Amino acid sequence: MTQFLQYVISGLATGSVYALVALGLALIYRSTRILHFGHGDVTTAGTFFAFTLLGLKAHFIIAFGAALLFGAVLAMAFYFCVLIPAQRREATQLGQIILTVGLGLILQGLVAHFGGTEPQSFPFPLSDTRIYRLGGLVVSQLSLGTFGIGLLACLLFYLLVQKTRLGLAMRATSENLPAAQTMGIPTRQILALSWGLAALLGVLAGLFLAPALLLDPFFMLEPFLKGFAAAILGGLNSLPGAIVGGLILGVSESLAGGYVSIAFKNTFAFLVIILVLMVRPEGLLGEEFIERV
Amino acid sequence: MDLIESYKEELKLIRKPWTRVWVGAFVLLLILLPWFGPEHFTYTATVIFIYTVGVLGQNLLIGYTGQISFGQAGFLAIGAFTFGHLSRFGVPWPLALLGAGILAGLFGILVGFPSLRLKGPYLAIATLGFGIAVYQVFVNSELLSGGRMGLSIQKIEPVFGLSRITFNYYFNFLIALFFTLATYNIISSYMGRAFIAVRDNDIAAEVIGVNLARYKLLSFAISSFYTGVQGGLYGLFMGYLEPNMFTFMESITLFVAVIIGGLASVEGSIMGAAFVILVPQVFSEYREMVPVVYGVTILIVLIFEPLGLYGRWFKMRLYFRNWPFR
Repeated sequence: MTQFLQYVISGLATGSVYALVALGLALIYRSTRILHFGHGDVTTAGTFFAFTLLGLKAHFIIAFGAALLFGAVLAMAFYFCVLIPAQRREATQLGQIILTVGLGLILQGLVAHFGGTEPQSFPFPLSDTRIYRLGGLVVSQLSLGTFGIGLLACLLFYLLVQKTRLGLAMRATSENLPAAQTMGIPTRQILALSWGLAALLGVLAGLFLAPALLLDPFFMLEPFLKGFAAAILGGLNSLPGAIVGGLILGVSESLAGGYVSIAFKNTFAFLVIILVLMVRPEGLLGEEFIERV
Repeated sequence: MDLIESYKEELKLIRKPWTRVWVGAFVLLLILLPWFGPEHFTYTATVIFIYTVGVLGQNLLIGYTGQISFGQAGFLAIGAFTFGHLSRFGVPWPLALLGAGILAGLFGILVGFPSLRLKGPYLAIATLGFGIAVYQVFVNSELLSGGRMGLSIQKIEPVFGLSRITFNYYFNFLIALFFTLATYNIISSYMGRAFIAVRDNDIAAEVIGVNLARYKLLSFAISSFYTGVQGGLYGLFMGYLEPNMFTFMESITLFVAVIIGGLASVEGSIMGAAFVILVPQVFSEYREMVPVVYGVTILIVLIFEPLGLYGRWFKMRLYFRNWPFR
């Protein structure tokens, strides 16, 4: 039983990271109907930015704040400089998805060029080796912090979307774009802001993952794909779904790694994607698709 | 794009006499290349031929049928390892190549099933999941991947006293030529028109009598057959296989080739294959910048020239054909 709880706890910590990534992906999909394949690379770029600042002896808070801002500006710049011109030329939905793949490739190359491809360890205020004991359970300071920050970010995000005027505008824009435009909502700015927020959440996830893994230009690829799986599991259209999906995926992955086989742990998420898409494509909390002919 | 007045003309492979001349000259150039060009060119051209097969298949799926797939590396791996294991059991290479294609095709049908329910972005994720799951199965199973040292494959002995490089060149040239002609045949048959109808509007296609399920699955099967054969050829060319040849980047490379070469064009597929092989060679000093070149080219192509390299070339040809009018 203790072992089971131990797996659940370590799963919740990774799950909260997946939830942050999934939240960003779901936010972008909900507002612009684009699957953001460059999300992982935006995150990596932000994390490398923080790493560079830390190398210049900047304080943690400044470096992390700047990195979050950097990721957000990067995503907003992509939205304004690439996606909007493409939409003006009537790019298809598929075309826009491919554009995000292009963004991902560019960032990946640039990060590898400027950051180097060698794995580096990421300095962090929370330690991976200092542990707390609760009964028979062991929790490291880092995973406790990750879980806490993950929950806090989700809560703040919820308050933003549900309780503020800005959130209302975001919901209106994703619900019905032409109607939102006629009501006088500056939809383009709102959409750009959604992209920025999504990148911010992603970079946050990246900052908390980097000390647990080693930092190299590809370190976000797997968490990004798992975030995708989590978003699908919860329903790409639903923000609470992304959080629930992330936590479920984290816990079940940890259990699968513990009880079935450690090799199976990584394949698990992709099996989840395929199974969910076959059985219930709209996800756990998503609404069912209805298409007019 | 050309004005076509009869069905017979539509079926013609080459419609203008001058096209015949330069296509002939191009093929002649390719045949003569190993005798006059440097060895380095021959080697590069061989890899381009191998990739052409896979890019053609991917283009049939993405360009003609409009079904997105990010899982080509999975089919590539299945084809390559099937070929490797079959040739280790002593199966002659033509049968092993066929087996590689057929097994990849069967998996293609399996992956195609979600395409009956899912569209666009959802299908992209389902195929992406498949590609990565296959990679990880191969990484984790030493039985399938041939262990730490990888799977070694016996190369074919050159015949007619040719050098190994020249022999490989002609071997892959003939196979690429065969698949190119086969693709032309597929797209100008009922099957190709059905694919295009499914892409343009699947509901309208079903209304006029295209069996949607059959043609979507067929498109997946043919595309992954091509990719499987590419995997087999690649294994035969390299002489050994390991799972790390088939990462997610490999799917992206094939995908980039189709987009940059030009959606829904056979010539574009060949150009795209040449692009993704030549760019890393040209930028060999700056290896990590290769994705940047791919990415920037994708952005430029999608915003300014959605038909890719082929579209640009086609417009140039049109300009000169109509010169001095425009």
